[in-house]
Amino acid sequence: MSPPLLVALVLAVLFVWGVFLWNRLVRSRNDVRNAWSQIDVQLARRHDLVPNLVEVVKGYARHEADLLREVAEARSRAVRLASRGADAAGELGEAETTLGLAISRLLGIAEAYPELKASRNFLALQEELASTENRIAFARQAYNDAVARYMTLRESFPDRLLAGGFEPYPYFTMKDEAARRTPDVTLDDLAGRSAV
Amino acid sequence: MWEQIRSNRTRSFLVVTGMAVLLGVVGAALGLLFGGEGGTWIGVAAALAVWLALWATSVSRGDDLMLRIAGAQEVSRSDFPMLHNVVEEMAIAAALPVKPRVFVIEDDAPNAFATGLRPDKAAVTVTTGLLRRLDRDELQGVVAHEIGHVRNRDVALMVTAGVMLGSVALLAAVGRRALWWGGGRVRSRSGGDGAPQAAAVALALLVVVLAPIFAQLLYFALSRRREYLADACGAAYTRYPEGLARALEKISGVRVPARSVDPVTAPMYIVPPLPPGAMAARGARRPAWFSTHPPVEERVRILRSMAGAGIADYAAAFERVRGRRLVRHAEAPGPGLPAHASAVAPAAAPPGAPGPAERARAASDALLRARGYRLVQCPACGAVNKLPPPLAGTVVHCLRCGERLPGGHGGPGSETGCEDCSTPPRHSV
Repeated sequence: MSPPLLVALVLAVLFVWGVFLWNRLVRSRNDVRNAWSQIDVQLARRHDLVPNLVEVVKGYARHEADLLREVAEARSRAVRLASRGADAAGELGEAETTLGLAISRLLGIAEAYPELKASRNFLALQEELASTENRIAFARQAYNDAVARYMTLRESFPDRLLAGGFEPYPYFTMKDEAARRTPDVTLDDLAGRSAV
Repeated sequence: MWEQIRSNRTRSFLVVTGMAVLLGVVGAALGLLFGGEGGTWIGVAAALAVWLALWATSVSRGDDLMLRIAGAQEVSRSDFPMLHNVVEEMAIAAALPVKPRVFVIEDDAPNAFATGLRPDKAAVTVTTGLLRRLDRDELQGVVAHEIGHVRNRDVALMVTAGVMLGSVALLAAVGRRALWWGGGRVRSRSGGDGAPQAAAVALALLVVVLAPIFAQLLYFALSRRREYLADACGAAYTRYPEGLARALEKISGVRVPARSVDPVTAPMYIVPPLPPGAMAARGARRPAWFSTHPPVEERVRILRSMAGAGIADYAAAFERVRGRRLVRHAEAPGPGLPAHASAVAPAAAPPGAPGPAERARAASDALLRARGYRLVQCPACGAVNKLPPPLAGTVVHCLRCGERLPGGHGGPGSETGCEDCSTPPRHSV
C-alpha cells in the first residue's frame, strides 16, 4: 500500500471516529434537554393543581387564609421562575421546595377539618398531588442521571476534544432532604404508609 | 449506571447467536440426511428461512393479539387513576419516550406483564388480583419491573429467541420423524460405503435429539438473566427495592392458578403464572435450569441485601447472594445510588387510601363499566345496582328496596346485582 493511500485511510478512519464521538455528545445533550422538559411538564402540572387544592380547602377551612395566601404566593413565584428554563434551575429548585412544603402544610390541615378530609374532591386531589410529587422526584432523578452521563462524557478524553460547543448543565436540586427532617407535616407523614 | 445493561446486551446477543448456530446445525443435519454431502448448506439456508418466516409472522401479528389472548382490556385513567399514575411515574423515572398503555385482566391470580416490541409502543398489563392485594409501593415496584423489561427491549429479544427455540424444536422433530420412518431410504439414496454414512446418520441423530434441549437451556438462561435485570431496573427506578421485594413475596404466596397462560407471553410475567388447573399447593418445582424465572426467594434475597438502589448496588448484591457476577469483571460497578435518593418519597399512598375490599370493588366496577354495564345508585336506599347492557331502555326497580330506578331503566332485575345484598350475582363471563 502506498504511503499517500495509507494516510488517506487513517484520515478517513479518524473522521468517521470523530463523527461517532460528536453524535454521541449530541445524543447525550438531547437526553438532558428531554429530561428537563419532563420536569417542566410535571412542575406545570403541580402549578395547575394548586389553585384547585386552594379552592377545595377554602370551601371547608376559611380560617386558614394566611396559609392559603402563602401557597398562592409560592406558586406564582415558582411559575415565574419556571418560565426561565434550565438557566434558573438553582433558584427554581428553592422556589419549588417552598411550594412543596406549603402544599404539604395545606394537606396537613385537613386533619383538623373532618368534612374536608372526607370530601371526594379532596381525596382525588390528594392522589393527584401525591402522584405529582412522585413524578417531579422521578423526573428530577432522570434529569440528574442524564446530566451526570452528559458531564462525564463531556469532560473525559477523547470526547472533550470536541466538546467545545457543548455547554455544561446544572444539577437540579431541591433542599428537601433537610426539609423532610423538620417537624412539619409532610406528604410522607400524612400517608400513614398502608403496609409495613 | 447503564454500562451494566450494555454489557448484558452483548451477552444476550451471544446467547441468541448460540441459538442461531444450533438452528444452523440442525438445518445442516437435516440437509445431510436428505440430500447427502451437498445438502448441508441448503439445509442451513432452509432452517434460517423457517426461522425468518416464523419471526415475521410473530412480529407482524403484533402485541394486540398477545393482549387479546391474555384477555386484557385497556382501561381509562378515570377508572383506574392510581394505576395510571403509577405507570406514568415509572415511565418518567425510566425516561421512556411515551407513557405505556395500561391494560387490566380480570383474574384473581396476581400477576403482571409487559408487551411492546418497541419502547414507544409498550403496554403494561396487571390482573385485578394484583391490584387487590398490593399497596401503592408494591404496585410501583411491579410496574417498575415491567417498565424495566420495556426499557431493556426484552419483549423483542424474547420473541426473537422464542421463535428460534420453536424453529429448532420444529426442525428437530421433522428430523427425528424422518430418521424413524425413512432411515433406510435416506441411507440407501446416498449410496456408497456404509461406514461413513452410518457415522453421518448417527451424528445427525445426536444433533436432532440434543439440539432442542440445548436451545431450551439457552433460552431459559437468557430469560432468567433478563428477569434479574428487570428487577435491578425496578429497584433503580423506584429507589425502593423493598417495594418490589414485598410484592414478589405477596405474589408468590398466593397459589391461585391463572385463568389462561400463553407460552409466548409467559417469560414476560413478573412471576411464572401457574397453569390453569394446577394444584393449589403443588410441592414439586421445576429444576432451576428449566425455568424461565429465577426462584422468587432468591430474587427477594438479592433485593433485600442491596446497599443502595442503583444498578451497581444490585450487581453487588447479586454477587453476594449468588456467588457469581451479573456483569463481566471489566465493568467495575460505578458509584451506587443511595436508596430513596433524595426526595423520592416511596410513593406515598394518600391518607384514607382505599383498603383491599374497596380496591377490589372499584376494579370490578370499572371493568363492568368498560363492558357496557350501567351502575345506578338507588335514590331511596343508596344501593348501587349494576345493570347489564340488555336492560337498556326498560324499567328497573332496585333489588333491595324495590324503588324505581332513574334513567328509564327497569324490568324484573333478576340479572342486576345489588351492592348491599348478601350474595351479589356474578357478572363475569
